[in-house]
Amino acid sequence: MDYFLELFLGGLTRGSIYALIALGYTMVYGIIELINFAHGEIYMIGAFTALIAASVLNIMGFGPVTILILAMVLAIVYSCAYGVTMEKIAYKPLRHSTRLAPLISAIGMSIFFQNYVLLAQTSDFLPFPSLLPELEILEPYAYIIRSSEVFIILTTFGVMVLLTLLIKFTRIGKAMRATAQDRTMAMLVGVDVNRVISMTFIIGSSMAAIGGVLIASHIGQINFYIGFIAGIKAFTAAVLGGIGSIPGAVLGSLVLGWTESFATGYISSDYEDVFAFGFLVLILIFRPAGLLGKATTQKV
Amino acid sequence: MWKFFSLDEIKKSLLMALWFIFLTFPIMVIRVNPIYNVVEWRWQNMALVGAGAFFLSFLWRYFLEYKNPAPSKPADDAAVSRSGRFSELLRSSGTRRLAIGAAVILALAFPYLFSSYQVNIMTTALIYVVLGLGLNIVVGLAGLLDLGYVAFYAVGAYSYALLNLHFGLSFWICLPIGAALAALFGILLGFPVLRLRGDYLAIVTLGFGEIIRLVLENWNDFSKGPSGIAGIPRPGIPGIEMSLNASSVFLYFLMIALALFTIMVVSRLRNSRIGRAWIALREDEIACQAMGVDKTKTKLTAFALGATWAGMGGVMFAAKTTFINPASFTFLESAIILSIVVLGGMGSIIGVIASAFILILLPEYLRAFSEYRMLIFGAVLVIMMVFRPQGLISNVRQTYRFKGLQENKEGD
Amino acid sequence: MSAVLTINGLTMDFGGLRAVDKVHLDVRQGEIVALIGPNGAGKTTLFNCITGLYKPTGGDILAIPPGGAAKRINGLKPNQVTEIGLARTFQNIRLFPNMTVLENVMIGRHCRTNSKILGAVLRNSRTRREEEEIVAFSYHLLERVRLERHVNDFARNLPYGAQRRLEIARALATEPFLLLLDEPAAGMNPHETRELDDLITRIQEEMDISILLIEHDMKLVMNISDRIFVMEYGKEIAVGTPLEIRGNPRVIEAYLGEEAHA
Repeated sequence: MDYFLELFLGGLTRGSIYALIALGYTMVYGIIELINFAHGEIYMIGAFTALIAASVLNIMGFGPVTILILAMVLAIVYSCAYGVTMEKIAYKPLRHSTRLAPLISAIGMSIFFQNYVLLAQTSDFLPFPSLLPELEILEPYAYIIRSSEVFIILTTFGVMVLLTLLIKFTRIGKAMRATAQDRTMAMLVGVDVNRVISMTFIIGSSMAAIGGVLIASHIGQINFYIGFIAGIKAFTAAVLGGIGSIPGAVLGSLVLGWTESFATGYISSDYEDVFAFGFLVLILIFRPAGLLGKATTQKV
Repeated sequence: MWKFFSLDEIKKSLLMALWFIFLTFPIMVIRVNPIYNVVEWRWQNMALVGAGAFFLSFLWRYFLEYKNPAPSKPADDAAVSRSGRFSELLRSSGTRRLAIGAAVILALAFPYLFSSYQVNIMTTALIYVVLGLGLNIVVGLAGLLDLGYVAFYAVGAYSYALLNLHFGLSFWICLPIGAALAALFGILLGFPVLRLRGDYLAIVTLGFGEIIRLVLENWNDFSKGPSGIAGIPRPGIPGIEMSLNASSVFLYFLMIALALFTIMVVSRLRNSRIGRAWIALREDEIACQAMGVDKTKTKLTAFALGATWAGMGGVMFAAKTTFINPASFTFLESAIILSIVVLGGMGSIIGVIASAFILILLPEYLRAFSEYRMLIFGAVLVIMMVFRPQGLISNVRQTYRFKGLQENKEGD
Repeated sequence: MSAVLTINGLTMDFGGLRAVDKVHLDVRQGEIVALIGPNGAGKTTLFNCITGLYKPTGGDILAIPPGGAAKRINGLKPNQVTEIGLARTFQNIRLFPNMTVLENVMIGRHCRTNSKILGAVLRNSRTRREEEEIVAFSYHLLERVRLERHVNDFARNLPYGAQRRLEIARALATEPFLLLLDEPAAGMNPHETRELDDLITRIQEEMDISILLIEHDMKLVMNISDRIFVMEYGKEIAVGTPLEIRGNPRVIEAYLGEEAHA
């Protein structure tokens, strides 16, 4: 039972991280119908920024709480800056081209960012400081759950609530929903579509940065390649839930997290990624619109 | 052109420079070593980024304007002739014959003019020509974005390596078997996924590519895992002993033959009933079906045929390196082959050949740049999509002449 | 005269919305039949059901090739419907923009020819002969729609009216016995519309092809149709000759009334 609980909570943690990234995918897809392949790299850049900031601040002699807050803020700021710049360079000029062009451009961006960090930093794994404090309350349960896992699950939950409020009640949230429904119509009724797209990238990038810092601090090491795999997994989760659907992305992430956790726990850990990809292939074959997605009839 | 140097434009570029200095500051300037707690500050990078962003932003705006001229200017005709000139040159039969003649002589004389090191590089480039042309069927002609093409390459390479290891089968038997197995995998994957929409298909093929690689990496009993398979024999002619040098020259000529065969097949397919159906499917799936083309069958043919060439390329690769392991078949390999197709121009044969040589040979000869190779691949994909999505050589279609037609159309 | 197309009680639902509601329609051999009705009446949806793009929720569609047996075609794939002998054009033109005008028509020959990969690679005499036949057949059709000047141009560079004619030629290349035209005159000037009028009549007379068309240009419809079906809100509200339809108060209210307001 303990083992089951451990796997369950491990899956929940994984799922939370996937959700933070998957939301960025699903929101961008909802607004501009683009699979932002480079979204995982934004998460990786967030983690790297946090690592660099934390190291510099540590040498400068700041305390752990200050470091955590500043590193997190800087990671978010930089991830957003990269996300918006990427949109302006690689996607905006392609808004009226064929469907494949932006996807190829996104793959290019992803390769570029990986190698940018590889060349400017290092190809080795870097140890990531454990920024998240240890909770003494949890000590007796250490064999089931770690405090960093609690932090991840709680933070993700908080971010989800904030996001829901933002989309439901703010002006920009309403503009985003309108743009997702019909971009031309939204433009006609006075929605600044460029601003909406920028905001979508900012929100998505922020969540990816939070995810990046949390997971890096949980696992304790990062390299330039972490974004690629995480990105593919999060995309899988988004598709699983029905791409374009926000609750779908969360549900899909949790299902994927548990699948991986239980499959590696009870079957074999060698094939962790095979389970994820195999799952993706199966879902797309049997339910192309995802768990919460709607099948659309193409207009002729 | 001159308006790009007005005060306003300089201000824009300065802002860009500042933005990129800010953007790249943590990653380009600071390098930390968390083990020894040392921080290295590389201020020279900041200057580099600033200057680079300043000048590149001029170029960026200039080319964007060049690509989308303001609607008031009647620049449309100019745009047509500009992009058309190179294609026209290629089409005129005189220059074409001359170019082909020169290429044949150079290709034949190459192993006798250059060292075996150069010959090996050339063989590699030719493998990529074949891979590029094969993927060109899938992506360029049929418009199916396949991000897992490397899986079929791996199938080919491992078929030869394993069949040789366990059953001692020779290269000559394994070449068709590798091709057939890759085609089989193409059909097995294609059957369920080809009804997916374009971008979903891309991700599923990517997933499939990764699955194949991960299985090869982890299934030690079958594939010997990450340590790979060594001692794969090079191809030879039964009864003739060949030195290492001679066998690499032999492989080179074999690769030339395979490349020529590929070119012939692809160019004939392109202007055939089935090739036209691929292109029509790429252009408009619904209209194509409504005109009586069986979507599933046509897509499956493209997929399987593309995979066949990857399979042959894989067998060749295994024979050339005599050692393979899963690390040769990562997603980046798929991305390189895709770049070849995109850079060359989707559907263009000469374009794909040219870009395979550019993308494979340039990093080999510019050793100083070789570590920037992947960075440049990434940038090239983005830049091509933004400025010239049609590739080096844009879509050229066969023209026909008719007796009744009095207009003087230039020949094909 | 025998029917070439019979539709019985055809129904098409999208979620809770009923786009086509128990429609009966038939086209007899050699007829030009028009399908009219206000925007959103379900005309194009009906076309999409007939040509296999949508799978109807209920009812029957029977295609009867002249001299052949009736076939129930609902639920078939679009290419199978085309193979049986129904070909269509689209309301918003769907050509293959980066193929030449001739190649666009050649695609229409796909389902009437059968050379395979091996033939294409070997270029044996059978394949070459078939290829020549495809080219000749397609060129002949281009002459018919007066596009022979443009054979080697890219389809995307054609003027609007010419693109509509090219779509018709492409559909004809599949050798249909029933041609379905979805608003062939949309966006054409009066001169082009007159030419189209002539073209459609000639196709019907010279090639012996029955025609079902959706059209908003009342002059064209009244000129060329043998019979007219009128739809409104997914339902069929009237059938008759142009003269009968012109005098039908229900139609005037539903359709021409809207026209008068517009």
